[in-house]
Amino acid sequence: MKKFTEDDLKKDLETKEYEYGFYTDIESETFPIGLNEDIVKAISKKKEEPSWMTEWRLESFRYWKEMVEPEWANVHYEKPDFQAISYYSAPSTKPKYDSLDEVDPELLDTFKRLGISIDEQKKLANVAVDIVMDSVSVATTFKKTLSEKGIIFCSISEAIKEHPELVKKYIGSVVPQRDNFYAALNSAVFSDGSFCYIPKGVRCPMELSTYFRINQAGTGQFERTLVIADKGSYVSYLEGCTAPSRDENQLHAAVVELIALDDAEIKYSTVQNWYPGNKEGKGGVFNFVTKRGICEKNAKISWTQVETGSAVTWKYPSCILKGDNSIGEFYSIAVTNNFQQADTGTKMIHLGKNTKSTIISKGISAGKSQNSYRGLVQINARAKNARNFSQCDSLLMGNECGAHTFPYIEAKNKTAQIEHEATTSKIGEDQIFYCNQRGIDTEKAIALIVNGFSKEVLNKLPMEFAVEAQKLLEISLEGSVG
Amino acid sequence: MGQTIKLRNMSLKDKLVSSFLAFDDHLEDESPIHDIRSKAIKNFEENGFPTKKEEDWKYTSLKPILKDNYSIFPKGENTVELKDVKQYFLHDIDTFKVVFIDGVYSSFLSETTHDSMDICLISSALKKDKYSASIETYYNKIAGEDSLTSLNTAFAKEGAYINIPKNKEVEKPIEIINFVTGKEEALMAQPRNLIIVGENAHVQIIERHQSLTDNAVLTNSVTEIFVEKRAFIDYYKIQNNNSTASLIDSTFISQEQDSNCCLHTFSLGGKLTRNNLKFSQNGEHCDSTLKGITILKDKQHVDHNTLVEHIAPNCESHQDYKGLYSDKSTGVFNGKVIVEKEAQKTNAFQQNNNILIDDKATVNAKPQLEIFADDVKCSHGCTIGQFDEEALFYLRSRGIAKKEAQALLMYAFANTVLESVKIPSLKRRINRIIAEKIGVSIGFNV
Repeated sequence: MKKFTEDDLKKDLETKEYEYGFYTDIESETFPIGLNEDIVKAISKKKEEPSWMTEWRLESFRYWKEMVEPEWANVHYEKPDFQAISYYSAPSTKPKYDSLDEVDPELLDTFKRLGISIDEQKKLANVAVDIVMDSVSVATTFKKTLSEKGIIFCSISEAIKEHPELVKKYIGSVVPQRDNFYAALNSAVFSDGSFCYIPKGVRCPMELSTYFRINQAGTGQFERTLVIADKGSYVSYLEGCTAPSRDENQLHAAVVELIALDDAEIKYSTVQNWYPGNKEGKGGVFNFVTKRGICEKNAKISWTQVETGSAVTWKYPSCILKGDNSIGEFYSIAVTNNFQQADTGTKMIHLGKNTKSTIISKGISAGKSQNSYRGLVQINARAKNARNFSQCDSLLMGNECGAHTFPYIEAKNKTAQIEHEATTSKIGEDQIFYCNQRGIDTEKAIALIVNGFSKEVLNKLPMEFAVEAQKLLEISLEGSVG
Repeated sequence: MGQTIKLRNMSLKDKLVSSFLAFDDHLEDESPIHDIRSKAIKNFEENGFPTKKEEDWKYTSLKPILKDNYSIFPKGENTVELKDVKQYFLHDIDTFKVVFIDGVYSSFLSETTHDSMDICLISSALKKDKYSASIETYYNKIAGEDSLTSLNTAFAKEGAYINIPKNKEVEKPIEIINFVTGKEEALMAQPRNLIIVGENAHVQIIERHQSLTDNAVLTNSVTEIFVEKRAFIDYYKIQNNNSTASLIDSTFISQEQDSNCCLHTFSLGGKLTRNNLKFSQNGEHCDSTLKGITILKDKQHVDHNTLVEHIAPNCESHQDYKGLYSDKSTGVFNGKVIVEKEAQKTNAFQQNNNILIDDKATVNAKPQLEIFADDVKCSHGCTIGQFDEEALFYLRSRGIAKKEAQALLMYAFANTVLESVKIPSLKRRINRIIAEKIGVSIGFNV
């Protein structure tokens, strides 16, 4: 048998086309490019929003105009021209469906090629799917089961119309309009997203999940997600992304807000696989996301993310531990290959007493990519007995990539206990040798070792996602022999 | 008279920039460093004093120390009595000494030499032809271009010049001491040291800045150290100043193949202390050690900013910083390790442990790694916590009073740094200072 060499592997990887890179031709209703107050008003009008929402968007737009794009992140890219993007696009066939049969067959076919068979998921995984394709939700399943429990799970535009009191109260409460450049932009032009409300004491019986896709060429995607877990409730929310192959850079600036009231728990898992660009680093998605959650008394928010895609990632899912005894968790795997750049991490802001946070971050860099962890642990003066544990491990494959760690640790309370540790290493030759010796070829051995390296995080994912994530890791790193 | 009033209302930056012209005229030198000075002052004029907006100064504000009306040059030559300052010397006779009073060399207190090595003054090195080759090769070659270093470069005229030739082992430690008499209402001092350790040479140096009154002092010190092949340098910085004295200390170290540099920083007092340490390892098999103990109280502030650049393969670096903070003191640790692409087989370790003793004390830590090579072993650890209650209970149950028990634990905590101090008398001295800081006297015979 011909020996499969490192070079072969490398070639394989480089020529590997993005598996999900195809483009569905659904007639979209797209706004002209550019952004001004009229466009913001038009988006709002198009979505039949009440006037307070229009005002809120305009206010955000005014903040945004005065802001400048941040440059502190350890990433380099050509800045998107915000006037060359169309800020609204929706599939034009837009009737509300009662069953899946009525959905555009072309759309269903897209999902099949993505490997998300709604039917299958309904049956096997017990997952309710709110599919967002180019910003407008077209299929919602299991709504009935959920509504029996009093759970609201719908698109945010629907929520604005039907549950304005909830939206009005919580939108922008965790990520204010002027929080940062991209959050302000999102607040002004967000097209759609998911809204979820779990009533008091209810344990959501299934994993809630949303699949996003960027489809229309030259359309920015501005998702807005709002999850509210009322007192004593529990919800596990999944989010997964794949995007088609495109030559020009696409912008994704989402905002996710989580609100966990007293004794509530939110588990938010993400598998991100946006198009990372080809092997020359051309194309790919810019992923500039603001995700933040607030914990009231005894509440818990847990972020789990597997980041394998995007040309540039700029993302810091954070927890504000406001209530006493609240808990924040962050588990992350970030994989970068070729010319990908990732600057990701978390912020844990301890305000309440006896608050705890855990950060486990695993970075894997291969090819010519740059992978950074950037995190903040802040213990404020009133946060007595706050506790934090952080661990950031980086794995380097090849000597053309880079791994960076930028942790910020601020303690203003003497009872605080903070531990931070970080390591950087490569896959040991002895580890590979051991596997080879037992008949496992080098590529499999690497997959095995990477899996072991990221196990702590993979374990935190819901089962269905864990399998997908594991597969993603393997695909992303194929051939990157260290 | 009008001139003085004008000067009083000027910001420190403007005052420095306008004083430079007079200073430069006064020096009347045509030497190459004239150009270095003019370039440096321009750089300072452009950038000004760093503010909290700059990432490297995120946790340290210079504002509170810049508002004093500092004299940039001492009005006259000041003297001090030996008996008043004797306590600050490590030995009467067993060390070489380069002593400055208000930035002016004191031959009376110093003990320099030109016997088979040069332990003397940078001012004479800059003037005399004998040294011009050395100055040309080394002076201002590794000092950074940040605004504070530039400011020093512009105004520097005095400091220690130490050149240890090949294969020379210096028989006794060298002390570099800067006294400030406080005869001025507020004084800004800008000492500049240049140290060259030749191939195979071996030297131990102790650096100290000491203010003798309660008047405000701002010292902006820059030291350049060149460690040639297989050379060894052991450097100690003792910062135990009055609560009115501030120090910005920038040290740049360039290491060649197989060299070893070990630097200890003891930050035990002073209003605001900022330590910038920059190591570059240019040859293979270099070893760098950076250690520090910080014990603060009141409103003191210490900022340790370290940067180790691994450029060549097979090098090692170890960092170990311990901090104990009481009252309203603030500690900052900003450590960075860069491993360049060529620096394979690097072994870099960084550790920072902090104990907060009082509620109002603050610690900000930012340990960073930037790695571009794959075959490396790099790690850092950072902890913030308090005394182990169980250990405290254990000691107390054996009849040790709370204060002493705490002191014992503090010693244990700081010991990994203390134990690597290679000069026994210095170790005793630091032990004594620490005991004094903690407010106990336990008989440690080390």
